[in-house]
Amino acid sequence: MTKHISPSDIQGAPVFFVTEDEGDHGHHETGTMLGFWVYLMSDCLIFASLFAVHAVLGRSYAGGPAPVDLFDLNQVLVSTAALLISSITYGFAVIAMQQGNKAGTLRWLAVTGVFGLAFLGLTIFEFYHLIHIGATPQVSAFLSSFFTLVGTHALHVAFGVIWLGVLLVQISQRGIGEANARRVMCLSMFWHFLDLVWVVVFSFVYLIGVL
Amino acid sequence: MAANPHDAGTVHAGNHRHDSGEAHGTVNGYVTGFVLSAILTVIPFWLVINGTLGSPALTAIAVMALGVAQIVVQMVYFLHMNARSEGGWTLMAFVFTIIIIVIAIAGSMWVMHHLNTHMMPMTPEQAQSLP
Repeated sequence: MTKHISPSDIQGAPVFFVTEDEGDHGHHETGTMLGFWVYLMSDCLIFASLFAVHAVLGRSYAGGPAPVDLFDLNQVLVSTAALLISSITYGFAVIAMQQGNKAGTLRWLAVTGVFGLAFLGLTIFEFYHLIHIGATPQVSAFLSSFFTLVGTHALHVAFGVIWLGVLLVQISQRGIGEANARRVMCLSMFWHFLDLVWVVVFSFVYLIGVL
Repeated sequence: MAANPHDAGTVHAGNHRHDSGEAHGTVNGYVTGFVLSAILTVIPFWLVINGTLGSPALTAIAVMALGVAQIVVQMVYFLHMNARSEGGWTLMAFVFTIIIIVIAIAGSMWVMHHLNTHMMPMTPEQAQSLP
């Protein structure tokens, strides 16, 4: 009964503007990078909603501690430095990969992982300290939104570090193939994106919080 | 996009350059981005810790402006964003996201601010004794 209708048979059929570049054989553009970018943008919306919550609730202390009582800006500066350095070392890993330098890629990725772990360690230490002095998420709306926002970011970094570990194993076993190169580029976008979100976190939550 | 500082770095990479867009980083590009980001990080911390500007409102505006500047720096030098990548769809998705973010954040703050100002005033003691 039903006859297969190809799109060109239909009057006013949809025209797809995203086309593969036929002349670019040396470099396969499969749309993975665009797809991953769209994922990052959706992740951006998660953070946007958490920032909106913090913008609304960030001054609701309910008689509990305020940011100026809690935050150690020197420690935040060290965290920021760790994440920023891990961003540039990831850039060096990508450059080494594009030069076909497997050992260099692995080395720079490992350095990135170390700085990522340092950042995570500082965040865990900060959370532990806050909970230890009684500034738990239950105390006030400000602390609830603070733990949710910073915790979500730290969770992203944690998954980035896990991904990085998996990538190290994959590259050391299989070398820099097309698939691994694609993975490195995707994690590169993810990693730089997390640094970008952290810029907003330290500006908006920590620095403006203590003013 | 002649103003894109990334272009200067990619030209000498020879045949790697192509207009469909996936950008290739260079050591110079990353170092430039890193130095600019470091400067744009240290200044707001210094402003807040030392209270150089005096008024908190002024400091907050400066911190936000420097944060936006650092975001732009990182998008150009680390994420290699430009109008050409993936035929412009990267930028299109990004602009759409920005619009949604602005609506979500500005809208939330506006609505909740009005809600707060229209609430009946209440002392902390009254708030404690709520059912």
